[in-house]
Amino acid sequence: MSMLDDYAAVTGSDVIAQLHQLAEPMQGMKVVHVNSTRSGGGVAEILTKMVPLMRELGIDTDWEIISGEGDFYTCTKGMHNALQGHRIPISQQLLDVYAKTNADNAEALRPTLEQADFVFIHDPQPAALLQHCPGRRGKWIWRCHIDASHPYRPVWRYLRERIAGYDASVFSLAAFAQELPHPKYLIPPSIDPLTDKNVELEQAEIDAVLEEHQLDPERPMLVQISRFDRFKDPLGVIRAYQLAREFSPHLQLVLAGGGATDDPEGATVLEEVRAAASDDPNIHILLLPADAHRTVNALQRAADLVIQKSLREGFGLTVTEGMWKGKAVIGGDVGGIRLQVIDHHTGFLVNTPEGAALRIRYLLHQPEKLQEMGEKARSLVLENFLITRHLREYLTLMVALMNNAGDRIELG
Amino acid sequence: MGSTDSDDRASAPTFTVKDCALVTLATGRKVRLLQELRNRLEEIDTASLYHHFWGGLLASRFEEREYHNDFAAWVRHGIHDTVLAERLAVLDPTGFSDLEALRQEILEQIDNRLDEAEHLSWSRATVQFEFVCSQIVVFHTHRELERPEELAEVMPELSPSSVFYHFIDARRRTPDRRDDFSDWLSGYGESYSELQSQLAGVDPYFGSLSELRDELGELFSGYFGGNGQ
Repeated sequence: MSMLDDYAAVTGSDVIAQLHQLAEPMQGMKVVHVNSTRSGGGVAEILTKMVPLMRELGIDTDWEIISGEGDFYTCTKGMHNALQGHRIPISQQLLDVYAKTNADNAEALRPTLEQADFVFIHDPQPAALLQHCPGRRGKWIWRCHIDASHPYRPVWRYLRERIAGYDASVFSLAAFAQELPHPKYLIPPSIDPLTDKNVELEQAEIDAVLEEHQLDPERPMLVQISRFDRFKDPLGVIRAYQLAREFSPHLQLVLAGGGATDDPEGATVLEEVRAAASDDPNIHILLLPADAHRTVNALQRAADLVIQKSLREGFGLTVTEGMWKGKAVIGGDVGGIRLQVIDHHTGFLVNTPEGAALRIRYLLHQPEKLQEMGEKARSLVLENFLITRHLREYLTLMVALMNNAGDRIELG
Repeated sequence: MGSTDSDDRASAPTFTVKDCALVTLATGRKVRLLQELRNRLEEIDTASLYHHFWGGLLASRFEEREYHNDFAAWVRHGIHDTVLAERLAVLDPTGFSDLEALRQEILEQIDNRLDEAEHLSWSRATVQFEFVCSQIVVFHTHRELERPEELAEVMPELSPSSVFYHFIDARRRTPDRRDDFSDWLSGYGESYSELQSQLAGVDPYFGSLSELRDELGELFSGYFGGNGQ
């Protein structure tokens, strides 16, 4: 049984048949994805499955990683933050490291990238590779996974010079798309329903995770899964929990996340979170390894409520994951969370810790509403945010670029 | 006639079942004022008009659609003007000779409303309107129908996007601005005029594509089950 057959069991066979039909014109073509980490973060998770699925559809697909020293990741973290609106300049010294790291990586990757029919460059880290591949013959696509709706302009100007030469770019939402001299596609990311993070779990496995982390299955549980990052507002979540706990004294809060190898700020934020939690035994701060997918899965399934109170968010795959497990989500009213949390249907959008606390109280006291929202949440993900839809849109984009298309492309 | 493979329909017309995939593109045009919307509408590509009238039908929704085009919805929920929202909502793209004619009608409705209500010239929307457009890729499913009776059998197996292509997108392609099924059946002369009439009575705008598929499936199985040829 193929991987695609496994997906058909979740999505329906018509969805898989569509993928085969769309992939027909690209049989044997070479596609290369490039990013900066194989583990940690949503991009790596998507590529882990996207690449073998493309291969199974008959497209010769590779995944390359660029690597650098500490200053390179400091610089790209600064770029990430700047795209999300942080008004902090990046020093010329760091920009020089960025340029040199891309040039060095290009030396090794050039033959592969120049021969490829399609090259997907993910996020700012490898964005400068294009200028080092003058003999490229395929289409190059810059895939931005970040909420770039209000970028810090000096940093965006620097990046734009390196991105303008691409054949197309991809943003998760229309609001994120920046002015660029090529087609700007809008493709939200996705989750994989068959990975350890999202598959169905036996109750015994969920119970074991709760026991391991000293969580009480009999008491209500609020869970935020995300990196320890200021934009995820873990301090705001603690404040919301503290406000809600005055009315739900048995409430437990779980803040669980790992560190990505390209995120040097995580340790600092984690210390701030620990300080804010102080000695409250009902706040559980779990620093999980990058491969603790089944633990994350169990925590999301055990949660009464999933929260993702981000202040900026590219898309918010942890929201998607929670919704796939039939959970209503309280989400920050930003970025891609707006695409998923349909206010009053799949959860609530909030702007403050106070707003989050209000919705926590409401849902904990309305179990029927909580269940109804959870069912709608799962349905929304099934129809819109699984990897099969994501793959279909990548294939559609590739077909469109192959055909230098107008607004209508007739195959066959 | 995008979905028929024979010009000689009376002898042996076949219906080619197709499917489609849409991918959305940003235009970079974002507005917060009604006057801005009007000015952008004047220059925006017709592909964007198409998307804002039809593209929403491929998106999930939980409530019945209040308005079946994005302009009406934004005027109601962004600008908070119900009068113009209702006037825009009633526009049916199939009632216009082409998208340019539709564009002119939208502009006229907005101009009229700006004349009627001066405050709308400076009222700032609570959410911005983002013009997007889409590319549609159409592909074969390798399935051909020989006889109209097969419609009842095939309908439950069609993907929602195939239903979109044959029942909604067709209205932009066919000479009489109708769905592909009716267009195919017209090749049989008057034989299926009652079925064509029933198809004309199906309103595709206010339910999901899955619901539309179910409705069409029931219609075909009811027709061929009770009145089979």
